[in-house]
Amino acid sequence: MPTLLSGNEAIAQGAWEAGVVVGAAYPGTPSTEILENLVRKSGVRCEWAPNEKVALEVAIGASLAGARALATMKHVGLNVASDPLMTVAYTGVGGGLVVVVGDDPGMHSSQNEQDSRRWGPFGKIPILEPSDSAEALAMSRHAFELSEELDMPVLLRSTTRLSHGKGLVETGERSEAERERYRTSRPKWVMMPGAAKIRRVDLERRLAVATERSETCEFTREELRDTSLGIITAGIPYEYVREVLPDASTLKLGMVFPLPEQRIREFASRVGRLVVVEELDPYLLDAVRAMGIEVDDAGLSHVGELSAGAVAAAFGAAAPAKRAPMTDLPARPPMLCPGCPHRGVFRALREMDAVVTGDIGCYTLAALPPLGAMDSCVCMGASISMAHGFALAGGAPESRPVVAVIGDSTFAHSGLTGLLGAVYNGGSETIVVLDNRITAMTGHQDNPFTGRTLSGAPAPEIDIEAVVRALGVDDVHTVDPNLFRPTEKALRLAVEHEGVSVVIAKAPCALLNRDRPDPFAVDESACTACGICIRLGCPAISRDASSKASIDPESCVGCRQCVQVCTYGAIVRTGRSCDIGSVL
Amino acid sequence: MSVTTVMLVGVGGQGTILASDVLAKVAASSGLDVKLSEVHGMSQRGGSVDTVVRFGDRVFSPTTDAGCADHLVSFELLEAARWLHYLKPEGRLVVNNRVIEPLPVLIGEMGSPTGVEAALAFEGAVLIDADEIACEAGSPRSANVVLLGALSMGLPFEAQAWRDVITMRVPPKTVQGNLAAFELGRAACLKGECG
Repeated sequence: MPTLLSGNEAIAQGAWEAGVVVGAAYPGTPSTEILENLVRKSGVRCEWAPNEKVALEVAIGASLAGARALATMKHVGLNVASDPLMTVAYTGVGGGLVVVVGDDPGMHSSQNEQDSRRWGPFGKIPILEPSDSAEALAMSRHAFELSEELDMPVLLRSTTRLSHGKGLVETGERSEAERERYRTSRPKWVMMPGAAKIRRVDLERRLAVATERSETCEFTREELRDTSLGIITAGIPYEYVREVLPDASTLKLGMVFPLPEQRIREFASRVGRLVVVEELDPYLLDAVRAMGIEVDDAGLSHVGELSAGAVAAAFGAAAPAKRAPMTDLPARPPMLCPGCPHRGVFRALREMDAVVTGDIGCYTLAALPPLGAMDSCVCMGASISMAHGFALAGGAPESRPVVAVIGDSTFAHSGLTGLLGAVYNGGSETIVVLDNRITAMTGHQDNPFTGRTLSGAPAPEIDIEAVVRALGVDDVHTVDPNLFRPTEKALRLAVEHEGVSVVIAKAPCALLNRDRPDPFAVDESACTACGICIRLGCPAISRDASSKASIDPESCVGCRQCVQVCTYGAIVRTGRSCDIGSVL
Repeated sequence: MSVTTVMLVGVGGQGTILASDVLAKVAASSGLDVKLSEVHGMSQRGGSVDTVVRFGDRVFSPTTDAGCADHLVSFELLEAARWLHYLKPEGRLVVNNRVIEPLPVLIGEMGSPTGVEAALAFEGAVLIDADEIACEAGSPRSANVVLLGALSMGLPFEAQAWRDVITMRVPPKTVQGNLAAFELGRAACLKGECG
């Protein structure tokens, strides 16, 4: 009986069936669950790397050793890994090397929506793009063979809808890949200019073979139905086309780089109107036009996620009858959880009127009201280097303190180098490491500072304070951010210190805390409706009809944060009405 | 059978993803093609979330558009209003009448909308107090299974197929509580204006 698998589970299954030996990744939505699933299978060693560049280099090393290797990451992670990626195209592979990249059209959980298909022509790297879970499994499995056959790394491109969509899949058995005995091959692997020039020429030869392979790729399917309309498409958009244009002929591309020019020409000659349907950039459209083939733009937006309805509308279908959306509803943005230890830091930074350069993680939510305590968020690690640049430029005119905030995992990912630069160059900024003992945003993954590996095994728990001191920072404070007064005091001392200061705000993510002390409630007779607790932005606290504070006993985790800000002693401990018991 | 589209919406952390997985497995165990779409990541931190389950003889798109859902199950009252235009005019609406105040209301930027429950009732919603019923079932975190019970009354699957998947899918210690929650969800639906 077929199994219901997400795209990510299917990719993990396919890699396992292909005999993958090493998997490495840095967690990133929508790619995270691939390694989390692969690590549970036998015969494969999987690791969280501190960042995507390290993950890919680990996989390249395994490939050099002759083993099949997998590296997975989200689209912006591939930017970090692009340095090794661009050159491993030259060296080629030993064991099959597959890189999975998860794009996020619509930016459900990302800072941009770049289209990773561009890495194909840019890096000269073959790309496979599945359109459902079954194909994700088959392509993942096939990608390793293809990589070995072509002597090239292969990119498997997913999107959020594929990675986090589920479909029925027939799973298979694992076949161990043959491994040759390792032999040094310097002309292939040592990319000094002399050797690289030769591999550069050879890359053109391999690309030509890859193009021939694309012409016969079993995942590229011409489906002739009514030939008055022919649609070239790939990936998830193929599913939308089949949904709303069931009679149209389709050329579904499985390999989206290199493109099979002959098959595209043949398909174009067999259909009347030829149209490209794709999500994000006009990647296929530009390529088909460059072939000199007459093709229509479907007129779909290049911004955001596609849907079946958008495709139907582009081909003239009337929108379905529907109710008018209700207006005047309050938006529901995500927010820091009840008991989140980050709250104590951002409350203090707001009180200090600091300019806060932010980073990537749950704590970016502190940019939203009522905390509103973040000035920037660009990419992993940027908080520290941007704070340095901001201070270097003279800072804010009104001499507000400049503070960088960065999570523990993000600090390991790419904060260390920024800190090194700040210390080396005599910076004076303050850096807060929000050490909540986990990579929280992507769903609680371990990292080099948590003392556990991806497989759950104990690991050396690297001491952030020792690392920071070793990088030359003298002024280091470690505080429990759930204790507001000591946290604010440490931050004020750090800001006053000349030279780089680091405050390590260390307390576990509230979601990791299984203890649920009794909730607090508001003593209405003592509450003056001053609103100071409301400004903490805790989901458990709201204003009642009389503007006084009210605490939802089911949401309250009993963290005592609000108790510390209430100057009227109006927040008191109570019992629960309905005990939290079983969880589905 | 032609494709049926069920949309489950709520607030991040309410268990919509697990509920949609149960529904998808029930459909698959009944021999149908199934696709499901969900969103992970930042919205899971208390934001508005939606998952879509589609089943039938052959399913292509894993997601849906406004005006195309046959069933809308909302785990929270305001989210039902937010996603209502996704429901077909003749579609079936099941709503947990519990309100979770969103951030602009919590911090006093906006008042809590009034008249939402009445507006949803006017649209033919089956309104049930899933949190209260979950407590009655002795399993307060199983409001999602209560709602699955209510949803199941409008879908063509045998109750036993649901019970089998729930039994398989939930932690062993919670099977009895979740099965009770499922039955109470079905019963609540019968008591209401369930069509």
